Amino acid sequence: MTYAMDGLPTHRRVPDIVVLPGSREELIAVVRLLAALGVPFVPRGAGTGLSGGALADEGSVLLVLTRLNRILRIDRDNRLAVVEPGVVNAKLGAAARPAGLQYAPDPSSQSACTIGGNVAENAGGPHCLKYGVTANHILALEVLLADGSLAEIGSPGGESWGPDLVGVFVGSEGNFGIATRITVRLTPLPRAVRTLLADFTGLRTAGEAVSAIIAAGIVPAALEMMDQSCICAVEDSVYAAGYPRDAAAVLLVEIDGRNTDAVVAETEVVVDLLRKSGARSVRSAASEAERERLWQGRKKAFGAMGRLSRDLVVQDAVVPRSALPQVLETIATIAERYGLVVSNVFHAGDGNLHPNISFDATDPVLKKKVEAASAEIMQACIAAGGTITGEHGVGIDKLRYMPLIFDAESLGAMHAVRKVFDPDERVNPGKVVPVHACREWASANPGASPRGQPMARAS
Amino acid sequence: MTILEKVTALLGEGAVLEPSTDRVPRIAPGSPDAVALLLGTAHQEGWRVRIEGAGTWLQSDAPADLALTTRRLDRIPAIEPSDLTATAEAGIGLDQLRQQLADRGAWLGIDPPGLAGRTLGSVVSTATAGPLRHGFGPIKDHLLGVTFVTGDGRMVQSGGRVMKNVAGYDLTRLQAGGFGAFGVIVLVHLRLRTLPRADVTYVLEGAREDLTQVGEDIAGAGLTPAALELVSPALARRERWVLAVRLAGSPALVAADEAGLGAASGGGRFSPLRAEEAHAFWMRLAEGFSVRPVTFRIGGVPTASDELLDLLQHQLGDEWISASPAAGAIRWTGDTNIDRLQRLRRTLAGLEVPLTLERAPWPLRGAVGHFGAYREGVGPLVAGLRRTFDPGGALVVATEGS
Repeated sequence: MTYAMDGLPTHRRVPDIVVLPGSREELIAVVRLLAALGVPFVPRGAGTGLSGGALADEGSVLLVLTRLNRILRIDRDNRLAVVEPGVVNAKLGAAARPAGLQYAPDPSSQSACTIGGNVAENAGGPHCLKYGVTANHILALEVLLADGSLAEIGSPGGESWGPDLVGVFVGSEGNFGIATRITVRLTPLPRAVRTLLADFTGLRTAGEAVSAIIAAGIVPAALEMMDQSCICAVEDSVYAAGYPRDAAAVLLVEIDGRNTDAVVAETEVVVDLLRKSGARSVRSAASEAERERLWQGRKKAFGAMGRLSRDLVVQDAVVPRSALPQVLETIATIAERYGLVVSNVFHAGDGNLHPNISFDATDPVLKKKVEAASAEIMQACIAAGGTITGEHGVGIDKLRYMPLIFDAESLGAMHAVRKVFDPDERVNPGKVVPVHACREWASANPGASPRGQPMARAS
Repeated sequence: MTILEKVTALLGEGAVLEPSTDRVPRIAPGSPDAVALLLGTAHQEGWRVRIEGAGTWLQSDAPADLALTTRRLDRIPAIEPSDLTATAEAGIGLDQLRQQLADRGAWLGIDPPGLAGRTLGSVVSTATAGPLRHGFGPIKDHLLGVTFVTGDGRMVQSGGRVMKNVAGYDLTRLQAGGFGAFGVIVLVHLRLRTLPRADVTYVLEGAREDLTQVGEDIAGAGLTPAALELVSPALARRERWVLAVRLAGSPALVAADEAGLGAASGGGRFSPLRAEEAHAFWMRLAEGFSVRPVTFRIGGVPTASDELLDLLQHQLGDEWISASPAAGAIRWTGDTNIDRLQRLRRTLAGLEVPLTLERAPWPLRGAVGHFGAYREGVGPLVAGLRRTFDPGGALVVATEGS
């Protein structure tokens, strides 16, 4: 039962077999055995995903990689680390810290989620506004393909051997194989950090403050927004951070850098912009303890929302930043129409929304309402020029939305690429690309193994 | 009917330009759909097609039945300063794009080698980043999505117009640096920055070893330059090597870094360049890489930079080199031959350092290939991707070499 779900309560599948290899060699041996038997398999990290991406259907083997958890090397001078896929994100951060370095991508689940899972999902996090998402931090990968062969893609210096296969692999949700050894870029720890909490009487004014900061040419390390429903959920929980309950929205803004003078000066500019944009108050964390408390409220917001009802659907979509106020109002309208509680906590600086719907999944009527409301929210985001996922992935949860943003030809192209890496489609089958919606690309690989010889006219 | 007659019937006379010097018909489709129509026909007819932009970077000399130039795809459908995004067609010149962005207060944080009018599509498809890579990352970090046409005329979209996007596989990164082997990029969605409110350049001349140390000191001091570039004397047109530091961003950030620069370099030894001098310096550096016949880049870890520069000096000579040591990126330009380049690539492969051939006359790039030295398991994947996106082999691109 432990492996029947991930972090999303709306999907549940019980795998036939769960295998937990204890070493790279064991993993390779298992995958080669499965290749010989023609058995599909699903790689899985800590199971904190939010798209049903690491669930195994009947007939598939679930390969849990959490025992491959060694940090193989931290290279301070070249600012990189080499890790196994089961290393927990926060543990890598802690290991890099004595060298004055950090692993910047920080998903909210970083205390549990693994680097291998982060690679599969191209995970983000609050501080990705300044530092970039997982794809910006992966230098090289050793990849175990479905047929049991290995490929070394990327290089420690970041230049690729040929096309950027690392960029193609990251975010492929396990469909292209398993990253067995991961070389990540580390960045210097900031020497100065200022954390601000601004509260607003309207979501729209909070959204406008976000635009004002970005337009000023300042790139905060993080720029997060929470609405009143989320604020109250946090304040009612053990993660209470002192957010004002009567605020329509709060912005958590962090400015960091290597130069204290610059950080102080930019913070002053940001405070001024927040006030001019209508912030009722702007509070600056006076100590590291206060900063941690403010962040704990944000990072544990999903957990706090668990108090609102039995189940929680954490949605994920991205819109152009300027569309945030309008889309937030549309989401509120949808929630009202369906009689649902929707709480928003999200990466405002990126336009990456997380509308969270609280409900009881045992109530079939309510469950249908949640599905319908989720679909409408996705459609509203697409209509605003956005997309259906910014960091949680497609998995099985968002398969149905893929044809809303990609035409049949583009979906067919993705499917064809998948078949280059995994001709028999045995790795994590049924995820990411809705095959029924693809235009056929069979002629692209006319009866040949995709892993054959280069074409004679290739050069 | 000749190929030219068929293409004229297909796309109209307006799409036919003066042929290139090797008499290969040069076709300039006026829309992404026209590109798809042309490549679909080429696939069916068995024509070989070479891809060109403005013709200022890669030599237009690959053996082909026709040349497809993107130069009429020069529109900018959208600039959204409030979202810091833009959408531009692949044939737009960077100089025109920069100007239009600047007029709206926006900025694209790339400074690729080549002439100012080099096309956006050329820069993206070759992933040729310049010194700003140090502060703002490689070309792929500035892309939100692309639309491309495959070798058999299929139009494919990847990514989108928003800051974060994990919907589907990332085919944008396959196209960035694919050299056109996986299709012709027709439309690019870009991530922008606000126009830096402060932008200053400082230079320091000296021995290469000394400047390398200064560069390390700057990085260690916590400064955040937009560019930190080590330039050979010939390329910089100076007596000695030059370490150029560009600070660009908010006035507060730049002022703080300026104050730190003097301390990091042992007391104000850097000379500031006036705005027009700085512009000329960076422009000269970029243009220098399109003058000599061969240009390539290598990427090693930062601590290997000195060793790699020595290797280049030993094997090819170090006349025209620009290096971003902290980013591990080195670009060389000059004249060399197939044997020397292949030997260098082999040596570098032994050091886990890829060499990407950016431009060279066809006889050399056809033999050596843009890529060539793959690690374990990579060659079959690249070949499979080529077959997927160009099943008939219509696109003439020297990926691996002969």
